[in-house]
Amino acid sequence: MTFDEKYYNIGFLDQLSYKNTFVHRLDPRAKLIITLLFLFTVISFSKYEISALLPFFLYPMLLMTIGEIPFMFIAKKVILVAPFAVFIGIFNPLLDSGQVFISNGLTISAGWLSFFSILIKFTLTVSTALLLIATTSFPGVCHGLRQLGLPSLFVSQLSFLYRYIFVLMEETMRIVRARDMRSYGQRGKGMKVFVRLVGILFIRTVERAERIYYAMLSRGFQGDMPTLKRFHIKTGDVIFAVSVAAFLYIFRFYPATQILGRFVQGVFS
Amino acid sequence: MSHHIVEFKNVSFCYPDGTEALRDISFRITHGESVGIIGANGAGKSTLLLHMNGYLMPTSGTVNIGDLYLTRQTRQEIRRKVGIVFQNPDDQLFMPTVYEDVAFGPLNLGMDETAVRERVEYALNLVSGLELQNKPPHHLSCGQKSAVAIASVIAVEPDILAMDEPAANLDPRSRRLLINLLKTFEHSKIIASHDLDLIMDVCHRCIVIREGTVVADGPVMEILTNRQLLEENHLELPLSLQKR
Repeated sequence: MTFDEKYYNIGFLDQLSYKNTFVHRLDPRAKLIITLLFLFTVISFSKYEISALLPFFLYPMLLMTIGEIPFMFIAKKVILVAPFAVFIGIFNPLLDSGQVFISNGLTISAGWLSFFSILIKFTLTVSTALLLIATTSFPGVCHGLRQLGLPSLFVSQLSFLYRYIFVLMEETMRIVRARDMRSYGQRGKGMKVFVRLVGILFIRTVERAERIYYAMLSRGFQGDMPTLKRFHIKTGDVIFAVSVAAFLYIFRFYPATQILGRFVQGVFS
Repeated sequence: MSHHIVEFKNVSFCYPDGTEALRDISFRITHGESVGIIGANGAGKSTLLLHMNGYLMPTSGTVNIGDLYLTRQTRQEIRRKVGIVFQNPDDQLFMPTVYEDVAFGPLNLGMDETAVRERVEYALNLVSGLELQNKPPHHLSCGQKSAVAIASVIAVEPDILAMDEPAANLDPRSRRLLINLLKTFEHSKIIASHDLDLIMDVCHRCIVIREGTVVADGPVMEILTNRQLLEENHLELPLSLQKR
C-alpha cells in the first residue's frame, strides 16, 4: 500500500465519524463507558470459553448496522492487526495438551480451545474499539474523556494528536512524492535518503510546534487548556447505556446460549 | 482613543545564530491606521511582527504598544492588545473543531460560557463562517481556514491586528473577500505582505524595510508608485498599476 492510500484510509475513518445516525448522536460519554464495560466483560471470561462469547458479536454488529459503518472496512482493519493475537495464542495448542470433551465422543485439545477463545476475544474487543472511533467524532471522544475526569493534560495531548496527524501526514506525503518524483526508479529510495527524510520531517515538526505555541500564546494561553461543557445526557443515551449494560450482565452471568439452546430443542422435540 | 499606538524606537534584534534581523528600526503607528509592511524575502518582516507580541524581545531599543513598554512582565497584557494572524492557518488553528478554536482566546480571558458563545458567533459571522463551527479544521479549504484563523483572533477583540501574508495561498475570490473584510475593520492594522495590490487596497500607509531597517515610510500611493524604490527592494509596481 502506498503512503497516499494509507493517508486516505485514515481520512475515511475520520469521515465516517461525522455521519449522522442514532449511534453517532449518542453522548460520547455513554459510548465510552459502555465500550469499556464491554471490553472488560469480554476479557473477564475464562480462557476456554467460546460458546458464551458468541452472543457478544451482537453488539458490534448492531453498532455497525445502525451506524451505517461498512462491514468490510472494519473487517480489514481487524485482519490487519490479527497477527498480534495469532502470535499470542499460537503456542497454546502445543503447550496445553489437555483434552476437552465436546459431544458424541468428539474431543479437542484444550490448547486449541483457548487459542480460538483468544481470537474471538480479540475480534470482539478490537472491532468494538474501532467502532467507537468510527461512530464518535474524535473531538467528541476527547470531550467525553475530559468530562469523565481524565486530566486535562492527557486530553489536550489527544486532541493535538488528532488535529495534527493529518497535517503531518500531508507533509510526509508531500516529501515522499517529491522524492519519488526525482528518484526515477530505485536510486534515492534507499535507507540513507529515508533517514534524511525522517530528519527533515522532525525538524519541520519542531518548527511547526514552535509556531503553534506562538499562536496559542497570542490568544492568552497560560498553561491550561480551557474546556467547554457541550453535551447533555438525553433519555436516548440513558436507554442505550442501561439496555446494553443489561445485555452484558445477562450474557455474562447466565448461560444464555445454553438456555436458548434448550429452549430451541424443546420447541423441536 | 489615542492610545492604540505601536511604536518601535531604535529596535535591534539578533537571532541566537548571529543573524542580525532588525537593525535600529524606528517607526510609530497611531490609532486606527492601517499600515502595510513590505520588503524583500528575509528583510525582517516576520521578525518585526513577532516583536509586536513579545515572542521575541528586542536585543536593544524599546517597543511601546498602547502605552505599555514591552517587557517580560507586560507581555501577557500586550498579547491581549495585539492579535497576530500567522501566515499558515494550520499553525493558527490548533483545536479539534472550529468552534473550540475560536473560543480558545475568549475562554483564556476567563469569560463565561454564554459570553464566549456570543463572541464566537459574532466573530465567525463576521468572516461568514458560522456554518463551519462544528467542523474539524482539516476538513476546511484553505480560504475557509484563513477566514477562521482571522475569526479566532477577532474573537479576542484586540485593539491592533497584525497579519503576516494574509492572502498567501488564497484563490482570487477568497482573496477579494478577505480584502473586503479587512476594509471593514476599524482596528489599527499592520499587514506584512508581498501582495502589493492588497496593501494598496487595504492600507493608507506603507513602510518599506530592507535588511532590518526602514528605508521608506509614507502614504501608500506615493510608495507603491515609486518604481525605482520598489525595484531596489526586489519588488515591482502593483499589478494594477502596470501597463500592459
